[in-house]
Amino acid sequence: MSARRWALHGALALLTAAAPFLLPALAVQLAMLWIMVTLALTWDTLGGQMGYNSFGNILFFGIGMYASAIVQVGLFHDVAAYTDPAGSGSLTFTPREYYLGLAAGLLAAPIAATLAALAFGALILGLRGPYFAIATLGLGIAGGEFAAAWGYVGGASGFLMPVFPGEFGRRALFFYALAASLGIATFAALRWLYGRRFGLALNAIRDDEDKAEALGLPTVRVKIAAWAVSAFFLGLAGAIFGNLNGLIEPREVAFSGATFGVWMVLMAILGGKGTMWGPVVGAVVFHVTKELFWTYLLGWQRVALGVLIVVIVLFFPLGILGHARRRWPETFRARVEGAA
Amino acid sequence: MSALLEVRGASKRFGGVVANEKISISVRAGEIVGLIGPNGSGKTTLFNSIAGTHQIDGGAIAFDGAEISRLRTVDIARLGLIRTYQTTRVFKQMTCVANLLAAAPAFGGGTPALLARPERAERARADEFLFFVGLADKRGMVAGELSFGQQKLLEFAMALMRRPRLLLLDEPTAGINPTLINALMDRMRRANAELGVTLLVIEHNMAVIMNLARRIYCLAHGELLAEGTPEDIRADPRVLDAYLGAR
Amino acid sequence: MPAPMTNLLLFLEAPALLVQVLLDGILIGAIYALAAYGMALVWGVMNIVNVVQGELVILGGYLAIMFSGLGVSAFLTVPLAAAALFALGWVMYAGVVFRVTGKDMFVSLLATFGLSILIAQLINQIWGADVRSLDAELGSWLILDSVVTISRARVAALAAALVLGAALVVFLRTSRLGRAIRATAQNARAARALGVDTDWVYAATYAINGAICGAAGALIAMIWVIHPFAGLVFTIRAFAIVILAGLGNLALVIAAALGLGAAENFVGFVLGAQFQGAFVFSLLVAILVWRSRRLARSRKVLR
Ligand SMILES: Nc1ncnc2c1ncn2[C@@H]1O[C@H](COP(=O)(O)OP(=O)(O)O)[C@@H](O)[C@H]1O
Ligand SMILES: [Mg+2]
Repeated sequence: MSARRWALHGALALLTAAAPFLLPALAVQLAMLWIMVTLALTWDTLGGQMGYNSFGNILFFGIGMYASAIVQVGLFHDVAAYTDPAGSGSLTFTPREYYLGLAAGLLAAPIAATLAALAFGALILGLRGPYFAIATLGLGIAGGEFAAAWGYVGGASGFLMPVFPGEFGRRALFFYALAASLGIATFAALRWLYGRRFGLALNAIRDDEDKAEALGLPTVRVKIAAWAVSAFFLGLAGAIFGNLNGLIEPREVAFSGATFGVWMVLMAILGGKGTMWGPVVGAVVFHVTKELFWTYLLGWQRVALGVLIVVIVLFFPLGILGHARRRWPETFRARVEGAA
Repeated sequence: MSALLEVRGASKRFGGVVANEKISISVRAGEIVGLIGPNGSGKTTLFNSIAGTHQIDGGAIAFDGAEISRLRTVDIARLGLIRTYQTTRVFKQMTCVANLLAAAPAFGGGTPALLARPERAERARADEFLFFVGLADKRGMVAGELSFGQQKLLEFAMALMRRPRLLLLDEPTAGINPTLINALMDRMRRANAELGVTLLVIEHNMAVIMNLARRIYCLAHGELLAEGTPEDIRADPRVLDAYLGAR
Repeated sequence: MPAPMTNLLLFLEAPALLVQVLLDGILIGAIYALAAYGMALVWGVMNIVNVVQGELVILGGYLAIMFSGLGVSAFLTVPLAAAALFALGWVMYAGVVFRVTGKDMFVSLLATFGLSILIAQLINQIWGADVRSLDAELGSWLILDSVVTISRARVAALAAALVLGAALVVFLRTSRLGRAIRATAQNARAARALGVDTDWVYAATYAINGAICGAAGALIAMIWVIHPFAGLVFTIRAFAIVILAGLGNLALVIAAALGLGAAENFVGFVLGAQFQGAFVFSLLVAILVWRSRRLARSRKVLR
């Protein structure tokens, strides 16, 4: 790595660590930003790097969220009693129970999400193009429908997460630290993976899956593994967001196709599909814009979101980094694999 | 020595179209064998049958003595039987060198291999093959930006990178700049002689195939019409008829 | 005993109930057939999977309710909604869809996905999130000793759907535009060489699909309920039907649609209505997996 690179990474690290202290009022927003970065990055693994458009990755976000919730509560109480609207008020957690439960939840979430991705991947990753896209669209929504119909986890009225034992300001910092660690870990893990033969295989599948098979690439294994990796981090993101949000609502929070589910697609495309930094840039630009202007749209935000997707797909399909790379090929040149 | 590739009575139909009817060919290790025939005579179909793109309706295909007609493309490729496409297929959004690295044999090596970086030797080999086909200066260029002929050369290099034992080339000189054809023929011969790759080549350019192959099979209307040395084929009136009567 | 078991046993005690459940489903299925046929049309002619299909249906329903509020009689709202969505379809083509025809399926998927979000949220913004319906005030028939009720509106909707479908087939077979559409579907380049203005054909196709959705939506509003976000389920239903029945065969489309309607209603009754949506999605995945597994045996993939 060049000195400039080190300097850049150092500055970013410093900024990451300092941000919640510099802007304490925005700590929760900043934590959200890291969640968004994670969502965009994990979408891009399939959508950008592998060329498989998933409209239902939100499934793993939701699964992680519920898995964590069930474990966090289930370790100490009866979940059904806890979610029962009649008697939930009396069940509380000591600080020790809270942190223990959270740790276990953060372990269970990625495991559950990864297992789901392995199972669904084996089932539907033989589908391509629109078939895969629509199948995932269905899966994502089905997740919300099932959760909403499942009384054990509170059904449609949702799941109230255990309350953070510390004071309010510390809560924001705590979740900022969790979310930032997740975002950074996701970035690092994906960058590591993309730099291996695995990354070459992903790109080969994107460009011509049949050709890849004719060369002997283990496409089935790579595809399922890629979705599992993406689900692993999505599951963690779900677990952290569930706790940050406090209330898990099946259709609007956990399996929230109309918000997070769409945002992750949009952010990845906006920043530049199939690039390492594109999803990060896209997430930052989108999240900041969203927070700045969302309130002025007075309820029309989600309409604007639809317009935004259409406009970006039609007029800005390469995204910010894709365009930058085309304008200034030297500065933003494609990772020349093997150039080391 | 027994044959490396042995096709016995392979048949393939598409609905009512009989694309291959009981075709038998055999290729010995180390040979360069030609496959000719007018357009639509079933040459590409035969390649597809051998490479496992589709299953044959009847007959048998053995590679190195083992039956492969029921195996899948990936598994056939792992045995060292690689093919190129008439329409040319490369990884268009990847750089040339990445195309070669993606064709490395290490991908057959399980999960640890997938999680490793391409080795130094592998990268050196990729550069060698780029040089071999004359694309060294296009190393970092995105493959989709190459001309059609250059993509054909790249696809040839990718196939060699895979260390095939048998390489099926579907019209390798089609679309190649005529001034480069001699160079490409030379590369095919060297691949055969120096790398020990056995070649089965579909070719439309008669001058090329007569020069390259020591044995040639000729298909017409999905059936095997003739087989022999270039001289035999050239002298065979049925072959001439097939080509003249084709259009 | 769990509720699903009791519900199943109910059918044994009162077989007429089963008739009722299946009949209701079948009557609704006819409308699925319309949406699916439109989707197949756009898919076959323009090579676009129209993810916004369901939202067009729902929009048709809201427009019908609006027209009815303006004093239009219920059944006149059907042609009115169709006309409005014909126009909208044309506008959508001219504004957005023409840019994605002939491009990678990836692009058209994302673009129509964006349109679906746009329209669903627009509906939500304009008419609110409440569940709506349109009362055609036709009453019902009672059959089988007055145990089974048949809503006249549903029968009328079925008839309307069949008439529409038949009209569409006749139109595609005999009219000039219809033949141009079919020629474009078979081979756009050849059609262009023969003087067909394919751009115009695409616009017309997309607009006609809009009209079909508009009519379907008006009918749905009359016999069922709609809400702004119900569109996605219609897209999924249409997609599932098309995959099952193929792109060209109306009879198969109708059969698959009626079957889906009946199955969905049956499951909704046995497991509870809250599982009906989940059932549709699961069924879609099952159909996709089944079809692709079958193709995989002959080394093919769904395309
Ligand atoms: N996948 C396919 N589906 C239907 N027909 C095919 C298919 N592949 C080849 N054919 C038909 O089989 C015959 C032989 O084609 P092909 O093997 O491509 O000939 P060649 O390579 O000798 O020009 C042609 O009539 C062609 O139309
Ligand atoms: Mg051919």
